[in-house]
Order: sequence, then structure tokens, then C-alpha cells
Amino acid sequence: MAKLMVVFRTAPYGGIYSFEGLENVLIMGAYDQDVSVLFIDDGVLAIKKGMDNSSTGIKDFSPTFRALEAYDIEKIYIDRASMEVRGVSLEDLVIEPEVIEADAVEKMMEEQKNFFIF
Amino acid sequence: MEGPYQHEASDSAYQFTKAAIAKGHEILRVFFYQDGVLNSNKLMDPQADDRHIRKQWSALAIENNIDFIVCVAAAKRRGINDTVIAEGFKIGGLGMLTELAIEADRLVTFRA
Amino acid sequence: MLHLVNKSPFESMSFEDCLKYAAKGSSILLYEDGIYGAMPGSAIADRMASVTSDYKVYVLKEDMMLRGVDKIMDGITEVDYAGFVGLVEENKTASW
Repeated sequence: MAKLMVVFRTAPYGGIYSFEGLENVLIMGAYDQDVSVLFIDDGVLAIKKGMDNSSTGIKDFSPTFRALEAYDIEKIYIDRASMEVRGVSLEDLVIEPEVIEADAVEKMMEEQKNFFIF
Repeated sequence: MEGPYQHEASDSAYQFTKAAIAKGHEILRVFFYQDGVLNSNKLMDPQADDRHIRKQWSALAIENNIDFIVCVAAAKRRGINDTVIAEGFKIGGLGMLTELAIEADRLVTFRA
Repeated sequence: MLHLVNKSPFESMSFEDCLKYAAKGSSILLYEDGIYGAMPGSAIADRMASVTSDYKVYVLKEDMMLRGVDKIMDGITEVDYAGFVGLVEENKTASW
């Protein structure tokens, strides 16, 4: 089993990155790997509560984040400062990641076999 | 990867791959996704005084026998299928990117 | 770790974002529009000078040539694509 990580660092909808990141997390889970997920910078906005696509029809993928545990993906982290800068707190999010500090990020990356930033 | 011509990412990925081969490295696979799938379009027809990104890739894949995979979901969204895909490229699933992450010593992403 | 920055620091936060997470002593390669951060005399030159004292900063020669940038700040090392491959041999890579 390889340690793999997907880092979310872009906002949803304006670009496809966070959606592609989520697809990657799900595939890694299906391959039974040791998967970590990390939200930093605008990536913290990808798991905001209250998304409503009824006026645009763009696929709302936030429910899938809520389902990650069902895929046995439990190592989910979020950068404290990235939330603070955006005025976002854990109560605003659809899942409750473990809060980490920015200086832990590079170490987490180094521990992986490989990782992706979306 | 970003789309060809729109962004330099395709050129950087090509130059990097070429340099890695020149240094004797084994390239397990090049995985094209997001707008990067457009790199495989055989209908690509740039002006004559510019580089032909698709032809460069095809030549690199064939000369070095490298696996070039075009992400099926990203391709379908953009109208890329077996009828427009150029020689040297194959359509494959996102799992082939996960396999790369599991197997490769190094993984480099060329993004916008 | 090798951090890849491909956006102009005058247009994008990715260089500063990268620095928030990059451990001191790690390597940063400026390529594509990222190379503009290596130019001497810019508004971010002081910032870049302090970054070069904490990190190993590299800039991709081919992307400098393409853009007509022929001067870089002291403390930044020029590499070509072969050098880029060499940096990847030594490090895991994060693309910002």
C-alpha cells in the first residue's frame, strides 16, 4: 500500500481543479491505497456548506466530500491560516478535517510516495 | 496539464520529458488530463512557423515507446475520442494516473 | 522538496503561497512566467533577496531566453532542462 495525498488549493467552480482532485481521491481509495487529503489556500472553499447549483446546473460535488469516510478515507486535514484568511471556520464546512498548521505541510508531502496538488 | 498553445504547460512537459529521456531515465507514462487531452488531437493544424505540439508528442512517444494516456473522462467532455486521437496516444482511465503515483519514483505535474 | 512556481509573482499568489508551506532549505524552481520573479530591480527584489537566504532558488534558462530576460538576481542559480531533471532526481516535486 502506497501513501498518496491529494492537496486541494483552488476554489471550486471557477476552475475544474477541485473536481478533478476529488475524482483522484476516489480512484485512489478504490485502489486501496493509504490516502490523505489536505485543504489549503482557496481549497478550503471547496468544502463550504450551502452550495446551491439550482440556477447554473454546474455539478455540485460537495456531497461527495461528505461520503469520503464511506470510501475509508479518514486522513483529512485543513490548514488553519487558510481558513482564517477567508473567514471560514469548521462549522462552515461539510466535513470536519483535522486542523493543522502551515509548517506541517511540507513534512506531510515528504512522507508520501507521491502526491498531487489541485 | 493545461491545453496546448493556450498555456506553456504542454511545451514545458514536452521539454522536460525529452530532457529526462536524454539523461537515461525511464518514463513510465505521460498522463494527459483536463484540457491537456487536447494535445492528442490529430486534427491540430497550427500555423507553419510555429511548433506542432501534437506531432512533437507523437514522435516522442513512438521513438521511445512511452505510454501516453489520455484521460477518458476529460476527453469525452471535450469531444476527444478514438476517431480524433493521434498515433502514439491511447485513451485510458484515471486509475492509470493512480498507478503512476503508486509506482513511479518521481511524479511531476505541469499545470496552469 | 522541489517547489515548482510557474506564475508571475506580480500576477499570482502562488510564489507566496508556496513559501508559506515550503520548509526552509528546500528548493524552488521558477519557470514559465515564474522566471519574472528572478529579475533584478523589481518591486519584489528585496523580498526575493530574503527568500534566497532561506531557500535554494533556481530559474529555468530556456524560459528566461524565451522572454528576453538575461539578468537574474544574486543568489539565484540558472539551470537548463537537464538541470531541472537533476533537481527532480534529488527531490519530490510540488507544483504550485
